[in-house]
Amino acid sequence: MDLLANLSQSLQDGDDEKVAALTKEALAAGMSAKQILDNALISGMTVIGNRFKAHEIFLPDVLLSARAMYAGLELLKPLFLKDDIPSRGKVVVGTVQGDLHDIGKNLVSIMLKGAGYEVIDLGNDVPPERFVDTAVAQGAAIIGLSALLTTTMPVMSQVAALLKERGLTGRIKLIIGGAPVSDAYAREIGADAYGFDAVKAVEIVDRFLMRQ
Amino acid sequence: MKRLLERIAAGEILVADGAMGTMLFRKGIAPGSCPELVNVSRPELLREIASEYLAAGAGIIQTNTFGGSPLKLAMYGLDGRTEEINRAAVVAVRSVVGGRAYVSGSCGPSGKILKPYGDTSPEAIYDSFLRQITCLAEAGIDVLCIETMTDISEATLAIRAAKAVSPSLPVMATMTFDKTPRGFFTIMGVDIRQAAADLANAGADVVGSNCGHGIETMLEVARQFKAASRLPLIIQSNAGLPELVDGRAEYRETPEFMAEKARQLIELDVSIIGGCCGTTPEHIAAIRSMVDRIKG
Repeated sequence: MDLLANLSQSLQDGDDEKVAALTKEALAAGMSAKQILDNALISGMTVIGNRFKAHEIFLPDVLLSARAMYAGLELLKPLFLKDDIPSRGKVVVGTVQGDLHDIGKNLVSIMLKGAGYEVIDLGNDVPPERFVDTAVAQGAAIIGLSALLTTTMPVMSQVAALLKERGLTGRIKLIIGGAPVSDAYAREIGADAYGFDAVKAVEIVDRFLMRQ
Repeated sequence: MKRLLERIAAGEILVADGAMGTMLFRKGIAPGSCPELVNVSRPELLREIASEYLAAGAGIIQTNTFGGSPLKLAMYGLDGRTEEINRAAVVAVRSVVGGRAYVSGSCGPSGKILKPYGDTSPEAIYDSFLRQITCLAEAGIDVLCIETMTDISEATLAIRAAKAVSPSLPVMATMTFDKTPRGFFTIMGVDIRQAAADLANAGADVVGSNCGHGIETMLEVARQFKAASRLPLIIQSNAGLPELVDGRAEYRETPEFMAEKARQLIELDVSIIGGCCGTTPEHIAAIRSMVDRIKG
């Protein structure tokens, strides 16, 4: 198995120490940070995402792989800054105000990072203004909202309304997700898309940012 | 009052109550605040809900302490009030039901993920449950209901904490499963066979499932539990999955529909039948009549 395939496999196995060691080895062998990111870390997380979606693996496996991915990313980060490799784009994510459930949001955050996006994770219980203010300040083209409770879903429409009020509708795309949310609800409140799960969320972000 | 486990052993089917959150929202509690804060700020609501479920025929009434463990309360900065919040919930239900129904202490997940997947140690989770369950037991619950669990390690830590607090306190333990192409699993990857075995090994007296996707899938879960466990079963289903109608959550399964399906739970010899999200006193009354009709 070549080095990058081995690295990707170690990530899928959730072995953070091996991922760190192999990332160093790949760098020492002269591979670029971008090569390692694309062909080992991102590809490994894509496999994990798809297997989770297919119910072949469960949350603990994803969390271990995510930890392994971070072990590799930490080593690559300083090189990205140096090599001035543009990020694939920035995405602001968070769980809406009044809602403390963050497992789903964390998964989306993991998968987006795993796909090479810069994720600004605002955590949970986030007021509508903070989503919009952060996206504007950071130049993020996408806001991702999560809610688990039917009672906190209406906060999503407040974010959509705020974007409209500030003339940002369409310029900042709004993607919503969470157990009680649906395609119909996304249309109803004027969100740009509904992400059924974390893998779908990445596909939508890819589409909006027109990644080839 | 005859002991709960004796009645179950004698073949009786008990009806438990329905949703707490659904009822609190019905009574105008604003979403977003800590649901357990109601216990100290508006205990009269808890008394109203308990009397409605009692009148509907529930023989087991749950306390509003699902998120009453200090780890969970800490998310609202309320862990310092753990004792007060848990005690008030028990006192409110007891004042209504007296000896006419069992008071069941609700104990939900900590909201934390255990190492190595998350950042929380088993000791921290155990201590958190121990503190909550101590409050509930001292306030006089008749039975503890550890519910909506997805991680078997967390569930068994809660059961062990309960048995450490009081070996004689009956413990019910339920987990929440999703239907996948390979069968039922919790999001943490626990299947029904493992749940049945590990919950029993940890010392649970009654095992089963709550929440979920509606009573039809819950029937399948119950069948599999029956095949995997020798312990009495408890099933508390949602009234389906919530759908949004005019900005409000609605659960589609009617009392009549759930009661008709509950008939099959009775035939499966499920010992305790109650409701979870979206179920109301009307649902419980319908299930009560079905139980009375069949067992009566």
